[in-house]
Amino acid sequence: MSTSPQVDYQTDPSRYRHWKLTFAGPVATLTADFDENGGLRPGYKLKLNSYDLGVDIELHDAVNRIRFEHPEVHTVVLTSAREKVFCSGANIFMLGVSSHAWKVNFCKFTNETRNGLEDSSSHSGLKFLAAVNGACAGGGYELALACDEIILVDDRSSAVSLPEVPLLGVLPGTGGLTRVTDKRHVRHDLADIFCTTSEGVRGQKAKDWRLVDDIAKPAQFAARVQERALQLAALSDRPAAGTPVLLAPIERQIEADALHYSHVTVDIHRAGRSAVFTLKAPTGAQPDTISAIEAAGAAWYPLALARELDDAILSMRTNELDIGVWLIKTAGEAAAVLATDAVLLAHQNHWLVRETIGLLRRTLARLDVSSRSLFALIEPGSCFAGTFLELALACDRSYQLSLPDEPERAPALTVGEMNFGALPMVTGQSRLQRRFYGESAPLEAIRSHAGKALDADAAMALGLITSNPDDIDWDDETRIAIEERVSMSPDALTGLEANLRFNGPENMFTRIFGRLTAWQNWIFQRPNAVGEKGALKVYGKGERAAFDWNRV
Amino acid sequence: MSTINYSEKIPNNVNLAEDRTLQRALEQWQPNYLRWWDDMGPDGSQNFDVYLRTAVSVDPQGWAQFGAVKMPDYRWGIFLNQAEQDRKIHFGDHLGEDAWQDVPGEHRANLRRIIVTQGDTEPASVEQQRHLGLTCPSQYDLRNLFQVNVEEGRHLWAMVYLLHKYFGRDGREEGEALLERRSGQQDNPRILQAFNEPTPDWLSFFMFTYFTDRDGKFQLCALAESSFDPLARTTKFMLTEEAHHMFVGESGVSRIIQRTCAAMNELRTDDPQKLRAAGVIDLPTLQRYLNFHFSVTIDLFGSDESSNAATFYSSGLKGRFEEGKRTDDHRLKGQVYRVLNAKDGQLIEREVPMLNALNEVLRDDYIRDSIGGVERWNRVIEKAGIPFRLKTPHKAFHRNIGALAGVKVSPDGQVVSDAEWAARVDQWLPSVNDRAFVASLMGRVVEPGKFANWIAPPVMGINRQPVDFEYVRFN
Repeated sequence: MSTSPQVDYQTDPSRYRHWKLTFAGPVATLTADFDENGGLRPGYKLKLNSYDLGVDIELHDAVNRIRFEHPEVHTVVLTSAREKVFCSGANIFMLGVSSHAWKVNFCKFTNETRNGLEDSSSHSGLKFLAAVNGACAGGGYELALACDEIILVDDRSSAVSLPEVPLLGVLPGTGGLTRVTDKRHVRHDLADIFCTTSEGVRGQKAKDWRLVDDIAKPAQFAARVQERALQLAALSDRPAAGTPVLLAPIERQIEADALHYSHVTVDIHRAGRSAVFTLKAPTGAQPDTISAIEAAGAAWYPLALARELDDAILSMRTNELDIGVWLIKTAGEAAAVLATDAVLLAHQNHWLVRETIGLLRRTLARLDVSSRSLFALIEPGSCFAGTFLELALACDRSYQLSLPDEPERAPALTVGEMNFGALPMVTGQSRLQRRFYGESAPLEAIRSHAGKALDADAAMALGLITSNPDDIDWDDETRIAIEERVSMSPDALTGLEANLRFNGPENMFTRIFGRLTAWQNWIFQRPNAVGEKGALKVYGKGERAAFDWNRV
Repeated sequence: MSTINYSEKIPNNVNLAEDRTLQRALEQWQPNYLRWWDDMGPDGSQNFDVYLRTAVSVDPQGWAQFGAVKMPDYRWGIFLNQAEQDRKIHFGDHLGEDAWQDVPGEHRANLRRIIVTQGDTEPASVEQQRHLGLTCPSQYDLRNLFQVNVEEGRHLWAMVYLLHKYFGRDGREEGEALLERRSGQQDNPRILQAFNEPTPDWLSFFMFTYFTDRDGKFQLCALAESSFDPLARTTKFMLTEEAHHMFVGESGVSRIIQRTCAAMNELRTDDPQKLRAAGVIDLPTLQRYLNFHFSVTIDLFGSDESSNAATFYSSGLKGRFEEGKRTDDHRLKGQVYRVLNAKDGQLIEREVPMLNALNEVLRDDYIRDSIGGVERWNRVIEKAGIPFRLKTPHKAFHRNIGALAGVKVSPDGQVVSDAEWAARVDQWLPSVNDRAFVASLMGRVVEPGKFANWIAPPVMGINRQPVDFEYVRFN
């Protein structure tokens, strides 16, 4: 167990120490002015707009607030309040004093936040413009890369750079290396020079090499940014105005071994190194019109659920490292879940509903990349239907209780419209497509059973679950499966699960979470980076890294 | 393409006539340099004959040859101090190894950055000072200004030589960029902010050459220790010229003080208004200019805790002031240094690793050195029998870089509130009024031997020439 205080992912603009959020018509501006003394942990200063997890928690919150609280915003400009510095990336001293697990968790969250910018751009019309008004290094450039466009000030000194390899002996691992090639199509040999030149590239050359979209002289910079922000805004299909939904603090009660939210509960079983996530279906009358949804605001069930689940996943990932198996359960009426799904789909083109679906999509995507074993337990009283079925489909395995003697008590799952592509993985595939490698026969069979309550045998026959033990076998079979799982090497399991979950086509995101992250995490473990004289350890102390020159 | 008679046009001791790399680079760069001088060098001065010192070699006879020269025809040369046989690296991780005669690939980026940053200040100061000739207080001072300007120009050559000779195409591009940036131009500024501020009047010029050129001296001294031998040798030679710049500053301020004290004694007053009415600069105004230039200059040493400083030292790129005369282990691992921080409205000292504090170490060396001249100024005041002392302000006063940025501190080192600062800033730093008054004194005096009313003549002229020598012929 970690001895540090728990990390809390909840914040709000009144508590920000690092970002300033301002609004002007369709343009929101997020201004980086990181508080040097505002690090989340002691032992480092956030100099030169360098960031740690705390900075990114605010960024994540700010972007969510723009999504929901400011429907009129079409473009988000990211810039800096510092003279001559945009952002110098992740704080190296923070990385130097952090455990491997902390580094990996930090990188994962920052990756997700950056992916989230691109997710919003492609799914809900929110555009991002990096107004790079000074030096932009490492993670700072990776943040810029996640924006739709980058404008670099051409003052003959500000450069974009990825100095990780030459300075730190690690990779630009928050998507940088992958986005330079896959997104910006920088030629590989130029990318090779770029990523090994600590001072980076500036001015026209940065544009010629496709590292930035445009350059502007200091005197024209602000006007050029504004002009381009408005042009990007014109491409957006967000509304000109809308009823903002204020993201009130989520209702949450944290206990030593449990997290309680209104729709989500997490019970931690420390001895067994597992936790049970239980999601509760909506109860009572639910809004079915836009005005009723707007009236419900942040309390609207699917929105509240997504925020709570997101917080629970983040909290468990960061604060409970040795809880290796997450058991996913649901409770309530499948009909209520399906009814809410129907409302989501009926209004999916309304900005608020679209944003809510987006939050569900990103939250489920977070589950996909969580380094925990995920087992769904489909028991009596559960409601794995539609959006809730997606949870089971995200799991590494699913167990559904078969009750041949009590069919009326037997748990059922229901495939709904939401399972056919409304909540895609980052690959663009639905989880059903992923499950069946896009093969039409099984998918058509499932389609023909959509809307029907499927008991364990039926679900088993369709390939929707892993196992359908009956009530005699259930306790032993699930207990042994879980105990066996938690006994295996957590490293091997993480690798296994990541490989199996992302089994289909590769794209930029899977390459970031797969190839880039895996290489980075290998490098993060190697003495050349983190040994006594590793580059990451000695950086900034005036010591020279001592490398083991063997190529491995 | 012009063909250059290298040894005649460009005096050098780097075997330029036989170095094709360097010739190719300079054939491009030299005409651009002259265009830059035409555009940005001293305003309206191209046709003047100026009594200048030119270095034609590094030996004692050669480095100070005097004669009347048109500045565009000045023979900007390339000189390295004589090589020391088998020089060894004398600090950092490479201690005891042979000094480098070429740039090690591992240190290319940092060395280039150091040289470009140093090089950028040289043309910048020429640009900052380009209009001062129009308001010179005498021919003698005008000549000194031009001497400073051509030597800053030569120092640019020295840095560009290193870029061209040792850094390949990349170095050539940086050499071009040094001519393209412009002091104070918003779209195209010089690298360090202090070099984008104008030098509006001669008091500022003298303060700048005393304080800010002394920063140059300390940076050059630190680079003169470098393991990269060509950098060490070229900066050593630059230091001989830099000394003259500080002389211009120290003697200039000293002569202003002398004139002011004389007026105070004549008029029997220390009332600034009466002294101003008499056309001299009152001592409190001098103190405020001193406060300004001192504080802005000590910011140039950089952040008090710096990972770059540590890297530059350990990798042998930049030593300490007088590294060779120090008797410690020259590695500094595990040692600590006390730096000043602000905490909860108090100034406190904090121990930080010595390697990371090397900017602060150099700043403290600089402060000790700059106090010396201020004491010599005080002796002029004392000699005149006036009970007033000039003082360098507290290290924490008016700082914009490092841990002291953001805390308001009075010149005597008291932390003050924002309100108190606002109320008293005009007592501590030159006010708009002060600057307007000093500007009002600036008129052009060019008759040989005549001096503006606010400054005393020097004791002797340049190169043992009389004070009323015709140092500049305007043609």
